[in-house]
Amino acid sequence: MGAGHAHVLYRESASPVHRLPPEVKLAAMVLFTLAVVATPRAAFWAFGGYALLVAAVATLARVGPGWLLSRAAIELPFVLFAFALPFLGAGERVEVAGVALSVDGLLGGWNIVAKGTLGVLASLLLAATTTTRDLIVGLDRLRCPQVVTQIATFMLRYLDVLVGEARRMRVARISRGDDPRFLWQLRGFAAGVGSLFLRAFERGERVYLAMLSRGYSGRMPAVWQGAGAATAGQWLAGAAVPLVAVAIAATAVVLT
Amino acid sequence: METLAMHISNGIIDGPVAAVFAAFALVVLALCVLRGRRDLDDRLAPMAGLVAAFIFAVQMLNFPLLTAGVSGHLLGGALAALLVGPWIGALCVAVVLVVQALVFGDGGVAMLGLNITNMAVFGTAAAYLLIALLLRVLPRTPAGLGVTAFVSALVSVVVAAMGFVVQYWLGGTTDLGGNLGGLAGTMAGVHLLIGVGEGLITATTVVTVAKVRPDLVYALRALKPVAPAPAVPVAGGAR
Repeated sequence: MGAGHAHVLYRESASPVHRLPPEVKLAAMVLFTLAVVATPRAAFWAFGGYALLVAAVATLARVGPGWLLSRAAIELPFVLFAFALPFLGAGERVEVAGVALSVDGLLGGWNIVAKGTLGVLASLLLAATTTTRDLIVGLDRLRCPQVVTQIATFMLRYLDVLVGEARRMRVARISRGDDPRFLWQLRGFAAGVGSLFLRAFERGERVYLAMLSRGYSGRMPAVWQGAGAATAGQWLAGAAVPLVAVAIAATAVVLT
Repeated sequence: METLAMHISNGIIDGPVAAVFAAFALVVLALCVLRGRRDLDDRLAPMAGLVAAFIFAVQMLNFPLLTAGVSGHLLGGALAALLVGPWIGALCVAVVLVVQALVFGDGGVAMLGLNITNMAVFGTAAAYLLIALLLRVLPRTPAGLGVTAFVSALVSVVVAAMGFVVQYWLGGTTDLGGNLGGLAGTMAGVHLLIGVGEGLITATTVVTVAKVRPDLVYALRALKPVAPAPAVPVAGGAR
C-alpha cells in the first residue's frame, strides 16, 4: 500500500531516463519549463526546438507519442480559454476568414497553447519515468524541508487509504439495498463524506502508528534511498536537455 | 484535469510577475515551515497527510463553465485551516499544488508561485482569519461550527479567485482591454457557486469530525485550553 507503489502515470521500464536519479530529473524539468516560459512568444522556431527536445527525451525514455498526447488532453479546458482570446483581446485587429481577430489575442492564445503544452509534456515525462517514492526521495535530496516531504509522503500514502475506504463504504451501501444510478450516486457519497474522512483518518492513524513502531522518525529510512545520490556524471547527463533549452531561450531573447 | 481558473498554466501570466509571486510564496512558505514545525506532532502528522490527500482528491472534481473556458474546482483551504491550523494547512495545500504541477501537469511549474499564493496563502489566510473571528462570536455548538466552516470556505474560494484576477491585471500576457471587469465578474460569480459547494463539504466534514473526535480539530484546540479527548473509535466498520 501507499507511496512505495507506482502511480497511474508511471511507465515501468529500464531506460536511461528511468535510471537517472530523481533529483536530477526534477531539477532538469523545472529548469526546462522556466526556459520555455522565458522565451518571447513570437520566436516560433524556438518552440519547435523545445518540441524536438521533448521528443528526444520521450524516445530515450521509450514513452510513445500516443500515450503522451492522450494524457496531455488534461490541458484542454485552458486551451479553450486560449481560443477565446483572439475574440476578447484588445488592440490591433486582423481579418481572418472574414472575422476580425485581435493580433494580441492571437499571439496570446498561441503563447498559452505552446508554453502550456510543453509544460504538460515535460511533467508527463517526469511522471512516466519516476515513481512517487523516488519523487519524494528527490525532493528530500534537493533539501526540501522535512515538514514538506513528510506531508507529501503521507498525502501519497493516504490517497490509497481514502480511495479504499470510499470503495468499502460504497460496497456497504450497495449491499444494504442502495442502488444508485448516474448522478444519484453522488447523494449517498455526499451524505457520507464526513464519516469517510473520519474512517480514513482512523485507518491512517493506525498506518502512522505502525510506521512509528517500526522506527519511522519523520524521514524515510536509508533503504528507501535506493542507489545513492546522483554522481557528477549523472548531473551532467541530466543537464544536457535543460542547457540546450536555456541556449535556445537566450538566442530567442537576443534575436527578438 | 486542468483548470484554468485556479491552476494557472504556463504562459498565462508573464515571467516577471510570476517571479515576484514565486518569491512571495517562498517567503510565506518558509515562515509556515518554521511555525509549522512546532505544530506537527504525532496527532497532526497523519492528519496533515490525510487533509492533503483529501484536498488532492476533492480538487479532481471540476466545474467546467462555458463562458470563456473558465472552470474552477474545490480548494480545501478552509478545511485545512480548521483541521490542522493555518501554518500546516497552507503547507498542505502547497504540497498538493506542487505534486499536481510536477507529476500531473496541472498548473504550470513556472506559475507555481502564483497558484500557491492564491490557493495556499490567500485562501488559507482568509479562511483562518474568519474562523478565528467567527468561533469567538458564534455559539460553541455544532451549528456554530458548521456556519463557521461554511462561511470561511465560501469566502476563501472567492478571495483565491480574486487573487487570480489581480495577477492577470498585473501581468496577463494578453491585454483584455475592457474585458478585465468581465473576467472579474465571471470569476466572482462562478466561485461564489463553487464556494457554496465547498462550504457544504467543509461544514459536513468538520462537524462530523468535531462530534466524534473534537481533539482532532485544530481550530477548537486553539480556543479551549484543554479539550477532554474521549478517543471513541468509530463503531463497526471494516478495519
